[in-house]
Amino acid sequence: MNRRQFLQTGGALIVSFSIPARAQKLPGALAHTPQLDSWIRIGADGSITVFTGKAELGQGVKTAILQIASEQLAVDMQAIKLVTADTALTPNEGYTAGSNSMKDSGTAILNAAAQAREILLAEASRRLGAPVTAQNGAAVTADGRRIAYAQLVEGKTLSARAAPESKLITARRVMGKSIPRVDIPAKVTGGVAYVHDLRLPGMVHARVVRPPSPGAQLKSVNTDAVARMAGVQKIVRDGHFLAVVAGREWEAVQALRALRAACTWSEQARLPKEIYATLASLPTQDTVIAGKDAAQLSGRVVQAAYRRPYQLHGAIGPACAVARYDNDGLTIWSHAQGMFPLRGAVSELMGLPAEKVHCIHMEGAGCYGHNGADDVAGDAALIARAMPGKPVRVQWMREDEHAWEPYGPAMLTEARATLDGSGNVSGWQYEVSSNTHSTRPGKAGDLIAGRYVEKPFPPSPPRPLPQPEGGGDRNAIPLYRFPSRVTHRFIPEMPLRVSALRGLGAYMNIFSIESFMDELALAAKADPVEFRLRQLDDPRAKDVIKLVAEKFGWGSYKKQNGNGRGFAFARYKNLAAYCAIAMDVAVERDTGDVRVQRVVAAIDSGEAINPDGIKNQIEGGIIQSISWTTFESAMWNDTRMTSRDWSSYPILRFSHVPESVDVHVIDRPGEHFLGTGEASQGPTAGALANAIAHATGVRIRDLPFNRKRVKEMLAA
Amino acid sequence: MNRVLRSVCGCTHRTSCTGHSNIRFHLTLSRLVGLALFLVGCASHESVPQVEPPKTFPREQVLKGQELAYVGNCMGCHTEEGGKPYAGGTPLRTPFGTIHGTNITPDPETGIGQWSLAAFTRAMREGVDRGGHNLFPAFPYDHFTKTTDEDIAALYAFIMTREPVSKKNVANTVPLPRATAGWWKSKYLEPGVYKPDPAQSGEWNRGAYLVEGLGHCGACHTPRDRLGAEKKDAQFAGAEIEGWHAPALDSTSPSPIPWTVDALQAYLKHGVADQHAQSAGPMAEVAHDLSHVNDADVRAMAVYVVSLDKRSADQRKQAGDAALARARAAVAQKGNAVYDGACADCHNLGRAQEGGALELPLGTALTVPTPKNLAYIIRDGILPRDGERSGWMPAFEGALTDAQLTELLTYLRALSGQPAWNDVAGEVKKTSKGQR
Amino acid sequence: MKLDVNGQVHEVEADATTPLLYVLRDDLKLNAAKFGCGLGQCGACVVMVDGEAIYSCITPISVLENRKIKTLEGLGTAGKPGPMQRAFIDAQAAQCGYCIPGMMMRAQALLEKNPGATEADIRGALQPHLCRCGTHSRILHAVARAGELMRGKS
Repeated sequence: MNRRQFLQTGGALIVSFSIPARAQKLPGALAHTPQLDSWIRIGADGSITVFTGKAELGQGVKTAILQIASEQLAVDMQAIKLVTADTALTPNEGYTAGSNSMKDSGTAILNAAAQAREILLAEASRRLGAPVTAQNGAAVTADGRRIAYAQLVEGKTLSARAAPESKLITARRVMGKSIPRVDIPAKVTGGVAYVHDLRLPGMVHARVVRPPSPGAQLKSVNTDAVARMAGVQKIVRDGHFLAVVAGREWEAVQALRALRAACTWSEQARLPKEIYATLASLPTQDTVIAGKDAAQLSGRVVQAAYRRPYQLHGAIGPACAVARYDNDGLTIWSHAQGMFPLRGAVSELMGLPAEKVHCIHMEGAGCYGHNGADDVAGDAALIARAMPGKPVRVQWMREDEHAWEPYGPAMLTEARATLDGSGNVSGWQYEVSSNTHSTRPGKAGDLIAGRYVEKPFPPSPPRPLPQPEGGGDRNAIPLYRFPSRVTHRFIPEMPLRVSALRGLGAYMNIFSIESFMDELALAAKADPVEFRLRQLDDPRAKDVIKLVAEKFGWGSYKKQNGNGRGFAFARYKNLAAYCAIAMDVAVERDTGDVRVQRVVAAIDSGEAINPDGIKNQIEGGIIQSISWTTFESAMWNDTRMTSRDWSSYPILRFSHVPESVDVHVIDRPGEHFLGTGEASQGPTAGALANAIAHATGVRIRDLPFNRKRVKEMLAA
Repeated sequence: MNRVLRSVCGCTHRTSCTGHSNIRFHLTLSRLVGLALFLVGCASHESVPQVEPPKTFPREQVLKGQELAYVGNCMGCHTEEGGKPYAGGTPLRTPFGTIHGTNITPDPETGIGQWSLAAFTRAMREGVDRGGHNLFPAFPYDHFTKTTDEDIAALYAFIMTREPVSKKNVANTVPLPRATAGWWKSKYLEPGVYKPDPAQSGEWNRGAYLVEGLGHCGACHTPRDRLGAEKKDAQFAGAEIEGWHAPALDSTSPSPIPWTVDALQAYLKHGVADQHAQSAGPMAEVAHDLSHVNDADVRAMAVYVVSLDKRSADQRKQAGDAALARARAAVAQKGNAVYDGACADCHNLGRAQEGGALELPLGTALTVPTPKNLAYIIRDGILPRDGERSGWMPAFEGALTDAQLTELLTYLRALSGQPAWNDVAGEVKKTSKGQR
Repeated sequence: MKLDVNGQVHEVEADATTPLLYVLRDDLKLNAAKFGCGLGQCGACVVMVDGEAIYSCITPISVLENRKIKTLEGLGTAGKPGPMQRAFIDAQAAQCGYCIPGMMMRAQALLEKNPGATEADIRGALQPHLCRCGTHSRILHAVARAGELMRGKS
């Protein structure tokens, strides 16, 4: 049902109900946290606080939520204090992931703020004996009488349970505007912005000695010399977990180097030589997620297989956490995506009841999923316990993050299809093989520390994430009209540590599906855009495709100088944002260098809270995906990860940034919030593959399209 | 890369000659001009008819040619920075003027698209272009002449199947007529294919063929006389190239631990050898190209080059042991705040799994006759090409003043146990951005 | 030892080998320069010394006596942003923002030396800097805009 089914009269809306309120599901995260004052509090002093269980990851969610609250409460954004993910203060909204923040938290706050306002206005109207509207934090009558919210709030006014529907302000004075992000000024002027900037009295610095390879055991460590180094306060060892604490940060770094050299490890890891062969040989749990009754393919079958390597989150700022432990409990400042799940894992790790563990989110560098942030929090907790009363700051080194973060899983896909007489797809079969895409804590055993202590904890058993969200099978079902049979081959055994990387399976599945669509279009001698449009029913899908084709000049493109054009489209998870992308790409045969020169994209995220914020995320997702698709694959030898820093895991630099990236936002006021953060990565990869094929006549199906591969494929 | 004429007086710039008087320079020049005038008319050749070469060649032949082009590092001179492959434009500064690498794409008008195999072969063997003009030996045909017909044909197949690029060649600024090149050849060029030495192994001969031929290693590593020819009596004794020092590869090799075949093979193939060096400057490009050459050939080249060091096994072992002991002692001490703060963190780890770096006292950059190599490395770092993996030495340009860099270099030289360099401050100044 | 940071001289008690980054952050409480790799590979730590952009993560303070260090904090404040900061705010050139201070300082060094820097110049200057969020396009626009502001155009 559309969120708004009302008449619009100058900014105030009339909502009609037809279903008994109690039976209706509450919108967004109100469904699990229905108390209004879990989200909105107004103090007798007039202070307004909004609570969200989501976290700012650099995606602009704080600003968007403030815009929503500002609009619905009719107060200035500056008048609102926003509290993000804090186990003591905010609702438990799980992880800030899956591009769900606007859908879940945004929707909850939209409605909670609107309902809170209406409660206050009703009270004001009762007192003033006249209708009132909300203006600048007060209820105002037509003849100018005014009561501020502060005076309307008393006792438990807002501790009401939310109703299923709300009277929403739709004037869009704040919502729908590209309000500048509230967090950027501090970030460009040296303000405190990240957990890395947190300084507490008496704070000490720690570094963790990670093993040289997965599963390695600490046979011996000679700590004498290190313990005598300048500033060293403690060496913490618990089984194979080892760390050093010093008063000053450089002292900790130097002690770390010395401590590493003083260790003897017994290494057991046997890392796979041929990862794709290994994955293909591991046992799977197969689920047909679409088209169980689909007919077998008959006729001429086009088929292709695609491969994707392990890829890193590669946060620019290695993970960091601050923890303080004393008799009252443990406080952790962390940039992990889920404070409540982290609390669960850490309390198990420490043997503490959850009430004694307080996890507070502070920003980190972009994480793009489950990276080292949770693990370093676990490290900090253990070390803090060894230094009671002292705040302990743990900063991972670059090689810690590169070698120990959980990677985006390597994946294999296979597609087969037939075309009918009109050149449309008549049958489609698709299989995707993948590990789990989430090993998030969870449990103590999902933290690195939890597995290396003397009494290790078992990790959570790997599970597939169910449809319609999916994990490795996210976006494995094509949105197109034709009948498709899709099988998810879930591989429980994990040769390398893996977890959620932005988009999860969607990146690879959309790359595969959109590459294959072009292969089919070629077989049907059809234009790739036309081929897609004629097999789609969803009008919003067609809108983004048509808009991109028009803005890119698809129809008038001239192939020259070794360039090619490529197109791709997807609806994230088949239920979230719509994104279409076209690009113009240059391929240099002799070097294998691939340069994306021009990108045009269209995004439909439903009602746009902050159009520039959406553009920022889509631009970013496009460039990030160009990096993944053109450069990135994790490397290892028999025992150890060899991708340890930027020299051994190169990513895109300014030389490969396109000359232009134009993002067109389709704003649909009144539509559901569909999220944005993961919509562009998959289509970018598909468009890039298709552009290379157009430029060179060669179809490359193995990611990434690095120089070596492109040169080899073109020489063949 | 071949900077033949520039290395005549070891200068990168006419105006920054050191160690050579201007009088001698001008005498040489006038001698050459005199000879040139004398020889005008004697040194022209016939032109070879232009052709439409086949557009396609057997795939195997093209791939073979591609590999040989890597051995020869053709891109190095024939592709300018940011330019299209093989389209020319790279300026080669010599004391006699600037020569630009030519467009060797198969473009018919501006490239060599109308050259027959015969014309191509003549250029490679005799240094004469299709039109019959002598080529200056900046194009190292004195080495390429050693290449077999089969390999030249493979190179031809490769070159003729490159993307044609329309780009006119930039004129040379050499004030000498081509005839001087003719005279030079008559004196120095020994045309003809490499002749294997029956007393040596097949692998050694293969290495010699590649090193002396397409690899043209001596073009950088052998010092030259005043007429720009490699000194026959000082082969591989080390020379200057583009402001860097190409170390000696013979018995006077400055490498503290003498090169073994394994180490040199790793260096040539991967650009780094654990207890020796990380390739930098012009050699980084060479190693980058050699990384595309098959292992057996790279090893053969290593076998040949290592054989140039005539020291006995005992002598080499003693030298190596002493160097290692000195290196270990050196890194154990704290002697210099800059080193301890900026360098020790990585360089005292050795190539540990945390991504450590070369143990500096074992590095060639400390033991060559000039501190310039090390100065370039510290200033600019050694960075992999975009999107490629390799070791990474960060850039310290701007972080260290020239005086601080001078002090650091002096300290590092002391670590090596070698006698102090001359005029470190002056050499450091030459490597600053404004002076290059 | 004494360090001149943003025009103010500080007496710092840190080992001479300490990289500038830790002194800036921990002793002087300046947040802008960031730890990204400690290896000179990512540029998150870049500040200016005597007008040159340097990696503060690998530069020991022992070489910085009597030299002028400038950090992002020296370009302006949230209340009164300088042209570079103004440009980045106007362009909303940040996502997580972690890499941005280093980018801005490199750009500042470029524009102080070369006020007419072209886009190609800017791209080249920023080549040592990594951004993982993909904010590159906005960063280029912001730096170009900063150049205009610094040249006095509005």
